[in-house]
Amino acid sequence: MIDYLKQIWPSLWPTLGAIGVILAVVPLLGLYITFIERKLAAYVQDRLGPNRVGPFGLFQAIADGIKLFLKEQTIPDHVYTFLYFIAPTFSLITAMFALVVMPFGPVPTEYIEGFRYIVAPGIDIGIMLMIAISSLSAYGIILGGWASNNKYSLYGAIRSCAQFISYEIPLGLSIIGIIAATGSLNIEQIVSAQGGAVWNWNVFWQPLALLVFFTSALAETNRLPFDLPECEQELVGGFHTEYGGIKFVIFFLAEYTHVVTVSFLTALLFFGGWHFPGLTGPVDVSLGGMLLRTFVLISKVSLVVVFIMLLRWSLPRFRFDQLMGLAWKGLIPLGLANLLCVAVVLTMDLPKHVLAFTALFVIVGSMISARQLQLTINQPRSAGRPATNVNLTESAI
Amino acid sequence: MTTKKSKTVKWGEEPKLGWMEAMYLPAIAGGLMTALKHVFSVKATTRQYPEVEPEIPPNYRGVHRLNRDEEGRVKCVACYMCQTACPANCIEIIAAPAPKDDPHWKDRDKFPQTFTIDELRCIYCGMCEEACPVDAIELTSIYDLTGYTRKELVFDKEKLLSIYDETSKAGKDPIRTERGALGPASEIAPTASQGPPPPGRGSHG
Repeated sequence: MIDYLKQIWPSLWPTLGAIGVILAVVPLLGLYITFIERKLAAYVQDRLGPNRVGPFGLFQAIADGIKLFLKEQTIPDHVYTFLYFIAPTFSLITAMFALVVMPFGPVPTEYIEGFRYIVAPGIDIGIMLMIAISSLSAYGIILGGWASNNKYSLYGAIRSCAQFISYEIPLGLSIIGIIAATGSLNIEQIVSAQGGAVWNWNVFWQPLALLVFFTSALAETNRLPFDLPECEQELVGGFHTEYGGIKFVIFFLAEYTHVVTVSFLTALLFFGGWHFPGLTGPVDVSLGGMLLRTFVLISKVSLVVVFIMLLRWSLPRFRFDQLMGLAWKGLIPLGLANLLCVAVVLTMDLPKHVLAFTALFVIVGSMISARQLQLTINQPRSAGRPATNVNLTESAI
Repeated sequence: MTTKKSKTVKWGEEPKLGWMEAMYLPAIAGGLMTALKHVFSVKATTRQYPEVEPEIPPNYRGVHRLNRDEEGRVKCVACYMCQTACPANCIEIIAAPAPKDDPHWKDRDKFPQTFTIDELRCIYCGMCEEACPVDAIELTSIYDLTGYTRKELVFDKEKLLSIYDETSKAGKDPIRTERGALGPASEIAPTASQGPPPPGRGSHG
């Protein structure tokens, strides 16, 4: 046994180290993302935000954490106790499990000894696994809503279910283009294919895919423009109405982990991962170069996180039919069009930057949707109610 | 069929949706720009409360005080008007005859032996102040009333008089005092040589 451990130790400790890093960083990150979000929300709304605990309020996150952990654990009488407890845990487990194949630093495509910035390097179905696992997180929410044994929580869970199913499709469609061009599902390979010039970053030749991917990924995280499962005004919190204290924290940790996952995916798949002008070469092994690349990747990820937060404070929530319409009438056709263009370009061996013109589809699509929207909204009020309603009242009389 | 329009109901026209707004993305970009503009403009409207205190208007109805007259005695004549007027029953007065032998009290008949106000029960309506014929009880602009126990916030006569001392020393007299319109009973008995009663509340006393 000892011999076996000694034998596998060189490949075991980097994995354990990476798991340790993720397990240590993610909860802290969750706390601090809430802090940053509160600060940013305050700045957007011309306030100051938390600034009392510690310098610039930096310890506010820790104070919040302590407070939430020490709260009384109340269990409502009417919940299904087992599911009630399993739901947040499941939610967090799936959210963190998706991080297994995610590089949080430069990872070479070939196997190396020593510490690697990923838990499981060289998984050939990397991106598939990630999407599969992260869509499992719908279970956490559905279980939570069901276990709460409460109408509104159940509504939240049902909405979340419909939303996840709808947005999985454009999410997958948008990534297929990149996978087809790279020829690999391995995230490290997708990133290293974007090395060299900045123009090799996927965003510059698949802008449409980025739009579709980012929108549907945002919907998967249940963040504000798409936070129908938990909208406070209609569903009083939705699936987490009955949860408090640490169980609530775990739900939110899962949500913020999702935000981080989505930001990492966006940075890795579309913005060149750890590549940057001047840092374009293959991954070198010197510590400085590695740290610099990690810094570049983390900066890109933070920018995406901040962008997601800004979106939260700029956009109103969708109505549910608008949400479904956006997925089925907007994003899925756009994703299919993008996929078609990628297929044509790859088959005919055209230069891949021709694909940048797929961005035109966005304009065409938004013009069509704008026409629809104007037709439905800009009806003159003076004509009274819409014709169908009038007929209904007449027949009722 | 046109619906009959009521004359009392005014239909507001919704603003028409323009092309750019209907195209989602330009509107989203516009919204983001607005948000960013607010992030980078540093004029937060938050007041840093414990350091920067708000300016309380002088007619604010805060913690009570019991006024003193010129000789430093409590102005209250223990007439129970405030206790009767109080809708929250938070004032409790026990009256006592003024010590007649004492030259200091010789012009007074009654004085409050105890005067307690339960500040937690008070609803700060100001009716005690209106009822008081001698303007002895007043509401100051002290708003940050805190304590560790309920008992601590039942103010007795000494506490209420000390609030008078504090506020008058700090120049934070309520505007009702500054107006100088005191009740008729607080003044020296009018003689024929004196003019009409002072304006304000005195006129209906």
